[in-house]
Amino acid sequence: MSVLSFQEVSVRYGAHTVLDDVSLEVAAGQTVGLVGESGCGKSTLARAAVGLAPVTGGRILLDGRPVPNRGRRPVQMVFQDPYSSLDPRMTVGESIAEAMPERLGKKARQAEITRLLALVHLDAARAADIPGRLSGGQRQRVALARALAARPRVILADEITSALDVSVQGAVLNLIRDMRRDLGLSMLFISHNLAVVRYVADHVAVLHAGRIVEHGPTARVLGAPQHEYTRHLLAAVSLKEQK
Amino acid sequence: MRALRRPVGVAGLGLLALVLFVAAFGPVLWGERATVVDTGDLLAGPSAEHWIGTDNLGRDLFARVMVAARLSILLALAATAISLVLGIALGAAPMLVGRRLGRLITSAVNVLVAFPGLLLVLFFAVVFGVGARGAALAVGLAGAPAFARLCHTLVAAVSERDYVAAARIAGVSRVRVLLRHVLPNIAEPLIVNATMAAGGVLLTFAGLSFLGLGVQAPSYDWGKLMQDGLNGIYVHPLAALGPGIAVVLAGLAFNLTGEAFAAAPGRTRPLEAAREPAARTAPVAGTSLSVDGLRVTIPGPAGPIHAVRGVTFTVGDGEAVGVVGESGSGKSVTALAVAGLLEPPIRVDANHLVVAGEDLMAAGAHRRLGTSLAVVFQDPMTSFNPAHRVGPQLAEVSRFHQGMSRKAAFARAVDRLRAVRIGEPGRRARQYPFEFSGGMRQRAMIGMGLMGDPRLIIADEPTTALDVTVQRQVLELLAEVRRDTGAALLLISHDVTVVTDVCDRVLVMYAGRVVEELPAKDLRTLARHPYTRALVAAVPDMETDLNRPLAVIPGLPVDPTQVPSGCAFAPRCPFADDHCRAVAPALVAGVACHKSAEVGR
Ligand SMILES: Nc1ncnc2c1ncn2[C@@H]1O[C@H](COP(=O)(O)OP(=O)(O)O)[C@@H](O)[C@H]1O
Ligand code: SF4
Ligand SMILES: [Mg+2]
Repeated sequence: MSVLSFQEVSVRYGAHTVLDDVSLEVAAGQTVGLVGESGCGKSTLARAAVGLAPVTGGRILLDGRPVPNRGRRPVQMVFQDPYSSLDPRMTVGESIAEAMPERLGKKARQAEITRLLALVHLDAARAADIPGRLSGGQRQRVALARALAARPRVILADEITSALDVSVQGAVLNLIRDMRRDLGLSMLFISHNLAVVRYVADHVAVLHAGRIVEHGPTARVLGAPQHEYTRHLLAAVSLKEQK
Repeated sequence: MRALRRPVGVAGLGLLALVLFVAAFGPVLWGERATVVDTGDLLAGPSAEHWIGTDNLGRDLFARVMVAARLSILLALAATAISLVLGIALGAAPMLVGRRLGRLITSAVNVLVAFPGLLLVLFFAVVFGVGARGAALAVGLAGAPAFARLCHTLVAAVSERDYVAAARIAGVSRVRVLLRHVLPNIAEPLIVNATMAAGGVLLTFAGLSFLGLGVQAPSYDWGKLMQDGLNGIYVHPLAALGPGIAVVLAGLAFNLTGEAFAAAPGRTRPLEAAREPAARTAPVAGTSLSVDGLRVTIPGPAGPIHAVRGVTFTVGDGEAVGVVGESGSGKSVTALAVAGLLEPPIRVDANHLVVAGEDLMAAGAHRRLGTSLAVVFQDPMTSFNPAHRVGPQLAEVSRFHQGMSRKAAFARAVDRLRAVRIGEPGRRARQYPFEFSGGMRQRAMIGMGLMGDPRLIIADEPTTALDVTVQRQVLELLAEVRRDTGAALLLISHDVTVVTDVCDRVLVMYAGRVVEELPAKDLRTLARHPYTRALVAAVPDMETDLNRPLAVIPGLPVDPTQVPSGCAFAPRCPFADDHCRAVAPALVAGVACHKSAEVGR
């Protein structure tokens, strides 16, 4: 279990500031929900932590040390689009094996693939399939298994259920909660869906125009929001649900 | 081998096989004849013995053309390979080297591509000196920039995919990412292009040899033979034309093959002829939309896709009806059919399909429908023409359907943009769609629907691509528009919450059928179909019990090419029994389930 902390992180593309002085901590074994509307910088924050976005100011630390941004990252990321997150020409087993830290013999590798697939509730026989034969939900589970294969200390989940049907979303969310319980993973869970974040996250951070405007335990932030913008987000949901 | 299913592909591949055969075995089969000197028969014309005559040493020209195939083809392939390898190296380099160096390479390539190809060839040919090797290098080098650009575009597209990012994060080196993930995924278009390019290279080569810059005596390729034959062109035209024809045929072989592979469409089996014309029925009175027995069949590679399988429903005047269901259940196809936007080879059958009083099953109905139907789609970016300003696009509707003048129509467009609460509508009307945000485009789309006087608005996932806050604005706008105009609404969404919020009545679709129809307010509590209940239960809301796992629907939706004969939901239904699996339940009193009485309890 590890602590991921963003300290006064800024990301700028030319004159355009995407993240402005963002400080946020994902404590050991905790799931932190990051909410906000699209384009507010949620994905950029996650990508910065794995070296996919240029950090122009501040630091991102894992257990007190800078997160390495080359080689196998101890922080792994799962992406939104199930149709772009797996190489269409590699089997599920190959995709997962690629992320494994050590070179294993054929047998040990098969066993590890089976173990990882079981963790995400997929049948071992899936290892031989190419992604084209899987549904969106199954693909997202494979993407999670691949992230777990790298033995990460923290997982960044970027809108991983947004592209899924509600019927499948539930299965993936349950899986996320099981994994936190069983594996004690620390996780940054990004979503624009407040009900989803409420279900999986212990803490919530609200990002607005590149700044964190509110941060705290889920029940407190969603139950008694302090910031105007959080209230605005919540109002949009409750209006949808009032009937 | 999809390409083989088209005549062009068959011709191309057949020709290519022939050309390659001659290249491989030509020197073995004709080698001897090609070198026999016959001083008694110099520069002879065509005869039974020498089909296209002899050269200045009396050697048989046909045999020489056949023998020359090997060198000509080998040189063309070598030059193409040089272009391809260099092109891949240059095109992939920006991914491997740093950003700045990468940009430099890319712009250098762009400059080179702009150069006339022939000029480059001649330039390099002079640099590398005359001879086969110099010519191969010259042609190969000159062809590289085009491949580099193609490769760069393809690499850039693949590099943006998440699996490349995932591999990088997993510690896979850039070179390995290139070899394992990028190249395999761009190989197909590259090979197709290389095949087509080989045809062109063959011609260029023949040109170089013809000019004396390529192959030198005593070796000979087709170009050299053409040059030799040129002297006697007026006496024995075939001596020069023979090798020329060979060049053209071989070039065609490569080109046609490449083209056939590039264009080979996914195979679809045409649909069998329509069954008996459906029995005509009369529309329900007092409705803006009345559909009876709608079936939509789409030809697909694995047989026909039964996207909609007999759907009957109405939308009363001024009523708002929602359609929910998993993706692939046929919601969008239903919407497109109702909007009259499906065209052959997709087949639409219905006993009647009446929109705002016009039966869409009759010819010309769509035009008569005019502006009484408005349509809003999920991605408004694709609904607008990106090359035209927003205002004129809206105005077009009124000019076409209501015959307004350009000026009046534009004024109305501005007015409508104001009606959908777009700030500074006058200025916005002069902007292009990409200058609008997603929510604004969606509002403009609704504004376009309001140019006329719609009786029915069809909205397919109008808020799915939008943020919660913007979603609400768009939904409120739709509600407001309905209050003001009295238009009816058919709202399609996979989001149960959106539908219950906006609609009076809800249709639940599964596997191309309506499985339940009920008042929106009852959706959460009074649903009687197991699928509806499961769907509603699966949506977490702000009151969901945090101590229990979320409800899920086990299994997968039905494959629309193989719909079972019984209840389509049976494989996923906890209540299913043998009767369910054998007999499809009909929609009776709002629900299509054999056990709805049991389930509803
Ligand atoms: N242009 C098309 N070509 C082939 N199949 C299609 C096409 N459009 C839709 N389909 C198929 O028709 C079925 C219904 O699709 P759709 O109406 O888009 O579902 P929904 O809108 O409920 O997600 C699906 O199986 C889908 O794959
Ligand atoms: S008909 Fe049978 S299988 Fe189908 S939904 Fe009803 S109970 Fe389930
Ligand atoms: Mg759809």
